[in-house]
Amino acid sequence: MFMENVFLALREIRRNALRSFLTILGIVVGVSAVITLVTLGRGATAQVTREISSMGSNQLHIRPGQGFHGPGGSRSTADKFTIDDAEAVSTHISGIEAVAPNSNQATQAIKGNLNWSTTVTGTTNGFLQVRDWELHSGREFTNTELRAGKAVCILGATVCKELFGAQNPIGSWIRLEKLSCQVIGVLKTKGQSSFGHDQDDMVLIPIAAFQRRIAGNTDVDAIFVSVRSADAIDPVKSSLERLFRDRRRIGEGKEDDFNVRDTRELIQALTGTTRVMTTLLGAVAAISLLVGGIGIMNIMLVSVTERTREIGIRLAIGALEKEVLIQFLVEAVAISCFGGVVGIFTGLVASIAGAKVLHLPFVLNFGIVGYAFLFSAAVGVIFGYFPARKAAQLNPIDALRHE
Amino acid sequence: MKENHPDNPLLELKAVTKVYGRGAAAMPALKGIDLAIFRGEFVAIMGTSGSGKSTCMNILGCLDVPTDGKYIFQDMSVGGLSRDQRALVRRHFLGFVFQGFNLLNRTSALENVELPLIYRGVRPGERRKRAREALAAVNLSGWEAHTPGELSGGQQQRVAIARAIVSHPEVLLADEPTGNLDSATSRDVMNLLQRFNRENGITIVMVTHEPEMAEYAGRRIHFTDGLIDNGLMKRGR
Ligand SMILES: Nc1ncnc2c1ncn2[C@@H]1O[C@H](COP(=O)(O)OP(=O)(O)OP(=O)(O)O)[C@@H](O)[C@H]1O
Ligand SMILES: [Mg+2]
Repeated sequence: MFMENVFLALREIRRNALRSFLTILGIVVGVSAVITLVTLGRGATAQVTREISSMGSNQLHIRPGQGFHGPGGSRSTADKFTIDDAEAVSTHISGIEAVAPNSNQATQAIKGNLNWSTTVTGTTNGFLQVRDWELHSGREFTNTELRAGKAVCILGATVCKELFGAQNPIGSWIRLEKLSCQVIGVLKTKGQSSFGHDQDDMVLIPIAAFQRRIAGNTDVDAIFVSVRSADAIDPVKSSLERLFRDRRRIGEGKEDDFNVRDTRELIQALTGTTRVMTTLLGAVAAISLLVGGIGIMNIMLVSVTERTREIGIRLAIGALEKEVLIQFLVEAVAISCFGGVVGIFTGLVASIAGAKVLHLPFVLNFGIVGYAFLFSAAVGVIFGYFPARKAAQLNPIDALRHE
Repeated sequence: MKENHPDNPLLELKAVTKVYGRGAAAMPALKGIDLAIFRGEFVAIMGTSGSGKSTCMNILGCLDVPTDGKYIFQDMSVGGLSRDQRALVRRHFLGFVFQGFNLLNRTSALENVELPLIYRGVRPGERRKRAREALAAVNLSGWEAHTPGELSGGQQQRVAIARAIVSHPEVLLADEPTGNLDSATSRDVMNLLQRFNRENGITIVMVTHEPEMAEYAGRRIHFTDGLIDNGLMKRGR
C-alpha cells in the first residue's frame, strides 16, 4: 500500500509537471540558501580561527577598556597605555617571552610615483617575536633607533612588492604620508589571509616615531605579550591584571578598565560576530524554506479540490481516512524531499563557488546537509498535513457529486 | 465477519428515517422504511424524483447512516459502526455502480478496475490478472489501456461494472446505472447485471426510472415521498 502511494504521488507530480516544478523550486531555493549561507558562515569562522591561531597560541593582548572592539583597536574612553606600561610589563612580569607595544593607523606608502594604501604599525622588535615574524632581508630596529624614534621602517612583503617590485628596497626611502623613512628590512611573507585583509600588508616603524610623527601623542593602543608555554598563560594573565590595576590605580571592588585576553578568547570574541551572522543568515534562509512550504500547502489544496471526485471514488470503494491522508501526504513529502535533494546539490555547488569568490575555506558540514534534508521533509509533512486531512475527511457522497 | 443465517435477510432496513438539515430547515427524505433483501435477489427501486431512492441507496451502501431506525447488514447493525468501519464494510462486501460512471480520469481502464483490489491488499500480479478477467467478463478485452476519455458511455459503464464486481462483492448497488445511456446500451448493461446476479449469485439493488430496465429485476419496489408504496415485502423470484 505504501509503495502504491509513492507511485501514485510520483505519477501525480509528473502529470502536473510545470506546477510541481515551480513548487519544488520554492523548496530548492530555501534549502540551497540555508546550505550556502551556513556553509560560507562556517568557512568565515574557520578562517578567523585559523588566522588567529597562526599568530601563535601563547599570546596575550592587553587593551584599554572593558570590551573587545575587534581588530581596529579599542575605541573606549578608558586611559590609553604608554610606552612605560609596556616597559613595566617586561620588567615586572616573569614567565613572558616578549612584549610589544602596538599602535596602528591606516596610511599611504609612497615611493616615487607609486602609491599604496596600507597600515603603519608603531612597535618594537618585540612585535617580531610575539607574532613570530621573520625577516626576509635587512635587519631589525636598533636600540638607538627605537629610543630616538628614528624614521626607519620594516616593510611587509606585500608593501615591498607593490612599491619595489623585484628591486632590493634596503636603504631606499619611502614616504608614509608626510613622514619620510628609510627601509631597513623586509619581512617574510606569512601567506594567504582572510576577509581581503592581507597580513603582509603593513609597515613597521619604531613606536616612538609613530607617536611623535604620525599619531602626535604618547598613546599605545595595545600591548602584545607572548609567554613561554601554554601553562604560563593563566599565571601571567593574573599578574598582568594585578600590575595594571596597580598602575592604573583601580580601587578594591572597582572593575578593570582594561582587558587581558589570550588567543582562545580572541578567537571567541572575533568568531562571535561571524557566528551570529551565520545564525541570522541561516534563519533568513530558513524563512524562505518556510515560504516554500506554504507553496506546497497551496498547491496541495488546489490538488485536493481538483481531485475531490477521485477522493470520493476512493472513499466509496473503501479507502480508510488514513489511507487517503497518507496518499496526499506522500505527495507533499515527495515534492519537498525532491526539492530538498536538488537544493542540497545546488547549495553545495553555490557554497563551493562562493567560497572561491570570497577566498574562504569550504567547510563541508554533513550535519547541515542532513538537517536541511530533514527540515525539507518536515516542511512537506507539516504543510501537506492540512490539505491531506481535508481530503481524508471529505464526505464520500458529496465528493462523488462534486463537478 | 461470518455469513449471516440463510433465513435472515442479507440487508434489512427497520423503520429507517433520514432527515437532512435541522430545525426549521429539516427535510425528511425517508419517513420510515422497512425493507428486507435476501441473498441472491435482484431488486429494482423505482419512484418519482425526490422520493428518497438515492438516500436509501446511500444508507444501504454504508455511505450514510440513518437518522433513526436500524440498518442491519449481514446480521450486523451498521448504525453503530465508525466511519472507517463502514469503509471496511464497503471494501469487503459492496460494489458500486453510479449514474455518472465515476471512473478515475487519465487512468487506464485496467487500473480503474484494479482500484478496489489495491485497497484489499491484493498483490500486483494477482490484481492485474483479476482485473483483466473482470474486463473480459464485461466484454472489454483489448480495451485495458484506454482511459475513460477514450471510451464511449456504455464502455465506461461496463468498466464501472467490472470495477464493482472485480472484488466479488456480496452486494452490488447501482444508482441509475443506465441513466446516461441510450436504450440499446442500457439493455447491454442490464444483461450484464442479470448475468452476474444469476451466474455469480451477486445480490443486486438497482435504482431506475425506466420500467423496461426494472423488468430485468426479480422484484420491484416503489418509493413515494420517502415511503415504500405497497408496504408489502414479498420474497422475490
Ligand atoms: N445532502 C442533502 N441535503 C439536503 N437534502 C437532501 C440531500 N440529499 C437529498 N436531499 C433531499 O432529499 C430528498 C430525496 O432525495 P433523493 O436524492 O434520495 O431523491 P431520489 O429519489 O434519488 O430522486 P432522483 O430520482 O431525482 O434521483 C430530496 O427532496 C432531496 O432534495
Ligand atoms: Mg437519485
